[in-house]
Amino acid sequence: MGATTASDISSQLTRLRHQVGAPAVGMVLTLVVVCDESHQYDAVRAASEASREHPSRILAVIPREREEATRLDAEIRVGELTTGEVVLLRLYGELREHADSVLSPLLLPDIPVVVWWPNNAPEAPAKDPVGAFGQRRITDARSAGDSVAAIRSRSAGYTPGDTDLAWTRITPWRSLLAAAFDQPVGKILDGYVEAEPGHPSAALLAVWLSDRLDAPIKVTESKGPGLTTVHLRLKGGEVVVKRQDSRTATLVRPGQPDRQVALARRPTSDLLAEELRRLDPDEVYAAAIQAAASNGSKRS
Amino acid sequence: MNDSEQPRSAGESGPPGSTTAPEGASGLTGPDGGAPAPSPREVSAAAHAEHPHKVTPDDSLTAAQSVASTATTMEVMEANPLRDPRDKRLPRVAGPCVLVLFGVTGDLARRKLLPAIYDLGNRGLLPPGFSLVGFARRDWAHQDFAKITHDAVKEHARTPFREEVWKQICEGLHFVPGSFDDEGAFDALAMALKEIDETRGTGGNYAFYLSTPPKAFPLIVDQLKRTGLTKAPAGSWRRVVIEKPFGHDLKTARELNRTVDSAFKPDSVFRIDHYLGKETVQNILALRFANTLFEPIWNRGYVDHVQITMAEDIGVGGRAGYYDGIGAARDVIQNHLLQLLALVAMEDPTAFGAAALRREKEKVLEALTLPEDLSLATARGAYTAGWQGGVPVAGFLEEDGIPADSTTETYAAIKLEIANRRWAGVPFYLRTGKRLGRRMTEVAVVFQRAPHLPFSKTDTEILGQNALVIRIQPDEGITVRFGSKVPGTAMEVRDVNMDFAYGEAFLESSPEAYERLLLDVLIGDPPLFPHQREVELSWKVIDPIEEFWAKTDEQPEGYPSGTGGPKSADELMARDGRVWRML
Repeated sequence: MGATTASDISSQLTRLRHQVGAPAVGMVLTLVVVCDESHQYDAVRAASEASREHPSRILAVIPREREEATRLDAEIRVGELTTGEVVLLRLYGELREHADSVLSPLLLPDIPVVVWWPNNAPEAPAKDPVGAFGQRRITDARSAGDSVAAIRSRSAGYTPGDTDLAWTRITPWRSLLAAAFDQPVGKILDGYVEAEPGHPSAALLAVWLSDRLDAPIKVTESKGPGLTTVHLRLKGGEVVVKRQDSRTATLVRPGQPDRQVALARRPTSDLLAEELRRLDPDEVYAAAIQAAASNGSKRS
Repeated sequence: MNDSEQPRSAGESGPPGSTTAPEGASGLTGPDGGAPAPSPREVSAAAHAEHPHKVTPDDSLTAAQSVASTATTMEVMEANPLRDPRDKRLPRVAGPCVLVLFGVTGDLARRKLLPAIYDLGNRGLLPPGFSLVGFARRDWAHQDFAKITHDAVKEHARTPFREEVWKQICEGLHFVPGSFDDEGAFDALAMALKEIDETRGTGGNYAFYLSTPPKAFPLIVDQLKRTGLTKAPAGSWRRVVIEKPFGHDLKTARELNRTVDSAFKPDSVFRIDHYLGKETVQNILALRFANTLFEPIWNRGYVDHVQITMAEDIGVGGRAGYYDGIGAARDVIQNHLLQLLALVAMEDPTAFGAAALRREKEKVLEALTLPEDLSLATARGAYTAGWQGGVPVAGFLEEDGIPADSTTETYAAIKLEIANRRWAGVPFYLRTGKRLGRRMTEVAVVFQRAPHLPFSKTDTEILGQNALVIRIQPDEGITVRFGSKVPGTAMEVRDVNMDFAYGEAFLESSPEAYERLLLDVLIGDPPLFPHQREVELSWKVIDPIEEFWAKTDEQPEGYPSGTGGPKSADELMARDGRVWRML
């Protein structure tokens, strides 16, 4: 639909739904994706895949050229690849600054709204006009130029409900380590997290470990890709998780044989699905970014 | 689950190793015991099966479970610096252990337990080194047991079959042949377990699942005691899992309990009532205690009465041998329906731990009172030949293995009251039956009529009572029924439904009841298992009714298959000026 309005889109959606013979709305959330044209394909695809677990209306907001005449182009996709509905909204000219006015009539009533910025997140997501709609606001520090600085700066604009995919990416690592610590291992003296340079997840993992274990944990550099090793030194032994390839890792514990563990890198759709599973504020994440921020300021 | 579909334990009936399904139709039913026609969404998900992420287990879970060296109990959680109750992303895991399955040739094992174990493995929830030991009187080698398990998994598992998961499970499969009175066999079992501890690092943690007829329990427990298998060395655990029936009256329930208690500590005894593993049943607690909308009207001030129904469309089939002499009240009301009643009627627990939950359930069960004249407050029946869903079926007395003079009931309805401040004067009607018109389990809370209607009588002629219906199966969900104006110029008020369907709001497929319960046993988490005191209190309700029925010395009233039950049940309701909800 070229040069259209939000209410036209809304009535078109209703009409389409009646046409398929399913007037009941079985969707559990509205997912707003704010991204530029070059990220649109991957982002919408990941969102559609995640919507198989969480049926949702996906609204992709794509700001276009500021110089063009002010107008709204919309593209509606129903059925086929997604369990919900996908609407791509391209905003031209002045409308770029008023995305919220386009979105508000299109949000499904009474169910949660989640806003996701696959790239270029605002500094304070909750204060952003689009972000203000969301109960949950998902950013991705990895897409920023200086990712580590980006994750450190998250704390300044943090509002409960914010989260970052850099944090989601380390859930398998954290689960693995937590399970390894279910059997008491004793006091950790120090340790390091090894990752490719400028990896935001490594910084988060290090501050989380250091906070929980009350021990200094450094971040060191490796060739990558991503996170490669967590090394924790204890009296008379060590706990090590070392990733060999993109699928498996080795766990070393004192007094136990080394063990091969599946530790796969996850596609964005999985990360997104994990985020959508819990819509309550993640207090542990809040603590981690706060620690990351104070660490950063100490060093600089 | 449909209860007569509740598969038989080993040796309960049928020739040994018989693989014939009890009913022609039940072979087609889905693994959750229902016959779920795939919803359009499931179909669309299947169509995208090439996208692996629906099938692959959650990676954070798999990673954690694969290194689990001990189960994440509450104590472990507190001691572990990396765990935080607020950190809900980190999954709890089960520690290494062995599950010993007695009665592995039975229907229940084949249709539910073995597939559930595979499904747990497929979701990445089984601990490393997890081993499964089968014990039965069969001349089998490990390979034969593996073959049986493989077939059971292929046929009944809910998750797709994956070779690598199967290989992992297969490595931990063992079989010990022998009968329950064979000392040598149990010595061999003890040896085998010791060896598994050494080769697979299971650390002396054993769960014994007695999927056998209750008469075998004393034999098995004695043998386990004799071989020292019930005694856990420091730092490990021994648990025992038993299935209903927990006795057939108060006396036998106590005997059974003494047997089990003599060998296992009360907190290591897990009594499985698979209804409590169902997501919708657990949701009753969420509905009542997480919302403000329902609690203010959840009492005698607003509720007129409560109906709890479990209707089955199938007959006794292959369970005839077991069923004769037991009947519907003992088979279903004593456990499932009274547990449902307890969850619906109990006060709010102080916490969701096992102790607090059980305390509240016990209080309600203790407050249950039977009406004085049981002849007016109970009804029973037995199905006769008729048409069920377009198929001619035999009557109960004509079924194989049922004597023609059997007085066993296949339908039972009872009226109970709860003597406490919240419920005094509100009757709870419980009914269950086989070969009824439709398969359905639900709890219906029916509200009083509005004290005054400002409309004329003709306007509200077809307005019924408001109701809140919790649909347990099939088509899990909640329905609210209330009056609404019919569009048009005249003022006419008619009943309408507002519906919440599980499958629509949560696409994540809920785990099967047995999966959830087995995992809880392995982690050692008891809230979903009824305590012996609850079992005894339930028998105290059922025993007087059974005695009363035995005294009448009549055969239960016949009702044609495929209908709504015997006339006496309808009369029971009519005496109170009420009617049963339509089946």
